Amino acid sequence: MNQTGAEILRVEAVSKRYGGVHALEQVNFDLRYGEVHALVGENGAGKSTLIKVLGGIIPRNGGRVLFEGNEVDYQRPIEALHAGIAIIHQELSMMPSLNVIENMYMGRMPGRFGIVNWKDLERRTRQAMALIDLHVDPYAAVQDLTISQRQMIEIARALSVNAKLIIMDEPNSSLTQGESERLFAVIDSLKARGIAIIYVSHKIEEVLRISDRITVFRDGKYVGTVDREDATEQKIINMMVGRELDRTAISVPDKIGDVLLDVRDLSGPGFDKVNFAVRKGEIVAFSGLVGAGRSEVASAIFGARPFTDGEITFYGRPVRFKSPKHAIRAGIAMVQEDRKVLSLFMDMTIQRNITMAELPYMSKGVTSDGAERRLAQQMVRSLDIRLASLDDPVSSLSGGNQQKTVLSRWLATTPKLLILDEPTHGVDVGAKAEIYDLIRKLAAQGVGVMLISSELPEVLALAHRIVVMHEGRITGILDRADASEEALMAYATGIADDFAVPAEVSS
Amino acid sequence: MEQPEVVQVGTARKGESGGSFWRRLLQSREFGVFLALVGLVILMRFLTPYFWKPDNIFNVLRGMSTIGIMAIGQTMIIITGGIDLSVGSVLAASAMITARLMYTGVVSPWVAVLIGLGFGTLLGAINGLIITRVKVTPFIATLGMLSIARGLAYLLASGLQGTVASNVPMRDESVNFLGAGYIGPVPFPVIEMFVLVIVFSLFLRFTVLGRQIYAVGSNEQAARLSGVSSDMVKLFVYTITGTLAALSGIMTAGLLGTSATNAGTGTELDVIAAVVIGGASLAGGSGTIIGSIIGAAIMAVLRNAFVLLQFPIYMQTISIGLVIILAVAIDQIRRRSS
Repeated sequence: MNQTGAEILRVEAVSKRYGGVHALEQVNFDLRYGEVHALVGENGAGKSTLIKVLGGIIPRNGGRVLFEGNEVDYQRPIEALHAGIAIIHQELSMMPSLNVIENMYMGRMPGRFGIVNWKDLERRTRQAMALIDLHVDPYAAVQDLTISQRQMIEIARALSVNAKLIIMDEPNSSLTQGESERLFAVIDSLKARGIAIIYVSHKIEEVLRISDRITVFRDGKYVGTVDREDATEQKIINMMVGRELDRTAISVPDKIGDVLLDVRDLSGPGFDKVNFAVRKGEIVAFSGLVGAGRSEVASAIFGARPFTDGEITFYGRPVRFKSPKHAIRAGIAMVQEDRKVLSLFMDMTIQRNITMAELPYMSKGVTSDGAERRLAQQMVRSLDIRLASLDDPVSSLSGGNQQKTVLSRWLATTPKLLILDEPTHGVDVGAKAEIYDLIRKLAAQGVGVMLISSELPEVLALAHRIVVMHEGRITGILDRADASEEALMAYATGIADDFAVPAEVSS
Repeated sequence: MEQPEVVQVGTARKGESGGSFWRRLLQSREFGVFLALVGLVILMRFLTPYFWKPDNIFNVLRGMSTIGIMAIGQTMIIITGGIDLSVGSVLAASAMITARLMYTGVVSPWVAVLIGLGFGTLLGAINGLIITRVKVTPFIATLGMLSIARGLAYLLASGLQGTVASNVPMRDESVNFLGAGYIGPVPFPVIEMFVLVIVFSLFLRFTVLGRQIYAVGSNEQAARLSGVSSDMVKLFVYTITGTLAALSGIMTAGLLGTSATNAGTGTELDVIAAVVIGGASLAGGSGTIIGSIIGAAIMAVLRNAFVLLQFPIYMQTISIGLVIILAVAIDQIRRRSS
């Protein structure tokens, strides 16, 4: 395979619609053998959609895809795989209870009359792993391996099918520093083999480091492609955001009052000795990498997860909520991270989705259609949710409006403390700005806000104070004035740590 | 500001006109099933004149009343995403304890009825507790109860000594009125069924708990995180279904004047079939009691039809099976096309 430099893939004017929403609109992309081409963009930019189109997971609505010079239109993932396109998904698509060999050869186990030659498979598995210098027990169950090892197995699997194009979707999102280095080294070796790589990420630093070219998508549209030599972090960010980032302080006057929530030495599954406070009218952002324990802490406060140790004081009184129901009654609301799985009742009407949490408190057991409708209408107006009818199922709404529906459910309960877990995930830019305004307005009215966000610009734009967590511990608490993306990243990765326990004390 | 295209569709038909209510009604699964029932009834009127006689109509309604009453509870359970396979056995066990208490005369007949209802309620609650506390899936928990409650019916009929008895007489006419009585020309069980259907339909539609039953079935995690005690909701639906099965048992025994150990054998499948034909999804989140009653009516009319037309029994059984599959298949096809 010595065609390095020649074109392997060309995407021309490809579109994908879901209902009336354009997930991809006439995007272009091209890739050469032995090249790492990064695809970047904010959530909802269309990166994952393009991957799915290329991998035959979803059909496209228009445009052309040329792979190795031939026009292709894969209907099923297996067709793409046979052609030499392998995708390594963000949530690795492996069968956790099966062993490495079974995962490597699932769906294509060679064998005579259905009988598998395990010795032969073991040898081949070891060979494939050796290509990327990976040495794990082929008979180990995948669930007992680290995320990084699983990822490497997926790469080995791609090599074992002679993939010419490997697509990596956010491969770095849950790796440690050392594991990332390892991944980069493997990517370099793949390049040397002439394999083309599409590297999807929103971490600009790493993209600048490993890719030859960078293409930016925004809101389903192609924005542009730059060579690495010409790329700077600022340039890429500007392309992603489409404007100069507004880093100005929040415009509302900061009226921050008494302590509303005080958390002392809170420990539980996924977090350890967490200390922080939220005051009335204060927006405290929780920054950190995925898996740092931020959602777990918030869920423990909200009564949705257990905690083993520590104290939570709310309104000056110690509290320990048995279930979200009790937290809601006390005046706490929590917008969950994954709205489809944890928040929305997809087959129920928009109105019923809005009133779900407040319903028990607006009526003594018996519901009133009139009161319910008035509440729903009021929320729709104040959040500007765009809908046809309150009686339509919530699934008919766009992502941004679905998120606003979730927000409205919680605002309807007039909370004193509002916990937001990634409130702008998968939300278009317009709705995002509106949600920011709303959060600021609520804070100005005296609501305490816990904002969990993985998007640094969001954190910097909204927070009064920023709590940074790393592997279940708080590593830093910064005032916004002292915070920068670089500083937050240093705390989030554990490089900086203001609360590290000196070695002699910890033992 | 950028806006997705759906928005324009929205503003184009803003405002909720009365028309949307009718459109929704016409598009509902219940309406489709109702049309099927009406079609079936009209067809029967032409095929056999006896069908439309009040006697026969009331017969059909009385025949479906216990299935209908149990379908009320089963509907609520299926809306939460669960299932109750034990209703037929709970029916038998509750009727048997009532008959036994009346037979031995240790308590007055109506106290025996209350104890019978309480026993069914208890068995339902045990279902609910096993499902919510021990986290056994509803299918398995109620499959176990199906066997246990049937065994209890045998035990209550025979006593610990093991004297074999398959029937215990129901020795109180006033209690038997529940199953055998008439008010004017109308069988009392029919009235009981309609009253319960109305009460529970209103309950599902207009109470917080009713709404939460749908919420649990639609997305249990989201329901919990929105402040719904999903365990309480589930416990409630299994418990109330136990009560309704017990009532059905006492009615059945009352009609026959005797409580049989094999009463209600296999009725759980009829009950589930009625709910499914009526539009509830076994995945949870959708279904109405009215739909289930219409489903029960379709099955009852079919049974009656095959008797009146003197068709062989196997055709009846096969056709009911076909109706179950057809009802769900048509719904699937419609859903995919929309």
